[in-house]
Amino acid sequence: MHAKSVFMGYTKDDVSKFVLLMVLAFVVVPLVVETEYWYSSILIPWLCLALAAVGQQIVMGFAGQLALGAAGFMAAGAFACYNFILRVPDLPFFGALVLSGLVAAAFGVLFGLPSLRVRGIYLMVATLASQFFIVWMIDKFGWFKNYDTSGIITAQDIVIMGKTFTSPMEMYFVIVVVVTVLTLLAINMARGSTGRNWMAVRDMDIAAESMGISLLKTKLQAFAICAFYCGVAGALFAFTYLKSLEPVAFDIKLSFKILFMVILGGLGTISGAFIGAVFILLFPVLLNSVGNNVFHGAIDATIISSIEQVVFGVLIIVFMIYEPLGMAKLWENIKQKIQSKLS
Amino acid sequence: MIEFLFFIEVVVAGLLAGTMYSLVALGFVLIYKASSTFNFAQGAMVFFAVLAFVGFMELGMPFVVAFIATCLLMVFVGFCTERLVLQPLMNQNEDTLLMATIGLGFVLEGLAQAVWGVEVRRLDLGIGDFPIMWIVDNFGLFISALDLTASLVAAVLIIGLALLFKYTKMGLGLRAVADDPGAASSIGIPLKNIMLLVWSAAGVVALVAGMMWGARAGVQFALVDLALKALPVLIIGGFSSIPGAIIGGLIIGASEKVLEVYLGPYFGGGIEGWAPYVLAIFFLLYRPEGLFGEKIIRRV
Repeated sequence: MHAKSVFMGYTKDDVSKFVLLMVLAFVVVPLVVETEYWYSSILIPWLCLALAAVGQQIVMGFAGQLALGAAGFMAAGAFACYNFILRVPDLPFFGALVLSGLVAAAFGVLFGLPSLRVRGIYLMVATLASQFFIVWMIDKFGWFKNYDTSGIITAQDIVIMGKTFTSPMEMYFVIVVVVTVLTLLAINMARGSTGRNWMAVRDMDIAAESMGISLLKTKLQAFAICAFYCGVAGALFAFTYLKSLEPVAFDIKLSFKILFMVILGGLGTISGAFIGAVFILLFPVLLNSVGNNVFHGAIDATIISSIEQVVFGVLIIVFMIYEPLGMAKLWENIKQKIQSKLS
Repeated sequence: MIEFLFFIEVVVAGLLAGTMYSLVALGFVLIYKASSTFNFAQGAMVFFAVLAFVGFMELGMPFVVAFIATCLLMVFVGFCTERLVLQPLMNQNEDTLLMATIGLGFVLEGLAQAVWGVEVRRLDLGIGDFPIMWIVDNFGLFISALDLTASLVAAVLIIGLALLFKYTKMGLGLRAVADDPGAASSIGIPLKNIMLLVWSAAGVVALVAGMMWGARAGVQFALVDLALKALPVLIIGGFSSIPGAIIGGLIIGASEKVLEVYLGPYFGGGIEGWAPYVLAIFFLLYRPEGLFGEKIIRRV
């Protein structure tokens, strides 16, 4: 069943899916969703975190390197963006975004170096260093925070071509554009020779090396790209969702959250990052509303968040046992079952 | 001379604090040795165990009863883990198991907080976190009684475990399983029981570690982050070596304190938070298997 490709190796099916998604994102969502809450509390954080999850997916799902420092790279990106806009006059927002991604990528290469020697849990510990170091560095050196002593810095307005983007819906459009471009890039990388090299390294690095794939280049590339995505995501997260910059927002808990998005969503698929992000983000919202509406606040908020933790943990174990490829694969299986029932 | 004494004091305090890390690391090593599973949930087990202990004490149980009750609870946790998580995941690759134990850690943390609440609790073991006068008078060193107790407890635990492994039938079985699980089970060593034993032992070790940490820093969620510091300890000592866990803990403890006291002021302090990890990275670059770990051999 080989469909004919119509554009750069994409089939008609792929292109129509893409157009559908774009129509959904740019036309249907703005028409249907009117409440600010949905933009500022659900859609915006979802897209930001999904973008970070795409980065995590690249390094973990595709290149098979167990890294746990996404939030550290996000912090680097967020504060880099703040400083670029603050210190470089007339720098366009997207320019600052790309530059902050590059700063994060530099950190990614630096802390990806241990991956050349170690893997698995060893690598995880090494990447934890990046998490703690970056957040500590931003916290301790006043320059990064422009010597602000209050601890919370308000993010600058997003100005693109003279227009200020302040309302949640406007910000949503900015994010959708960035996420679309970067996701398309990621999909292209993943299915091209870059992605094949990553997967070869993931499946067996020694074999990949003996086939002439440079481990040094492939692994560091994966780390750099992961950090770039996380950096851009972190900048967007700070500028559109938090609207402030504080190092504590990028603690290890956020890193775990992003890790869970990738594991639950499905390792090795870009769509998994988005599915996982939706789940990790919406589940607590759902649990809270159940707590408020069904039990009328009889259950303490802290207990609800503990239950949320338990559920995430149980889900991870269950997925590891029954479907290690996560929700993306589960969805695929359900679709296939329905199709085979219909035909 | 005063400066030198101060240096010694910093090092000794660091070494003793390091035994607290070793206690956490010990639990990791026990499980890794027997099943080559990296139990990321060990930190959560520490938190869970000590919170349960404090919870039992609050119910009015005397110290010893609460201790035994918590030990039984940890055995039960080990049992559930073995049945519900490890058995279904048998023969999966390491990374899958590691992720499953991350999930397990979240379950334990969440459960502990759902049952016993999130507020910080004090744990009074009757040992103060203040210098022992006798040592101050005779050597001029300020050494905390709690630190000293922790290192004594660690020593007793390690000797106890070593004896258990060396002289009991269970211990012999455990060493066989650690050597070659397939061969061990083919000659009739009950793999399930061995795993249960190991996880229970790790649970009890977690309880002891948690009590020591809890007495110092209060029983609170931050214990989980502290337990993360056992990871660099393991990297330095090697994952499969009990002496490695001890020496790794000592190295981390001492270097962390020395760096903080002598280098910290130049950076505005707080380098304790990441120094162990960076130290671990340097160790990784030179000796990926750790000081006492088995050499990693990989083939195509």
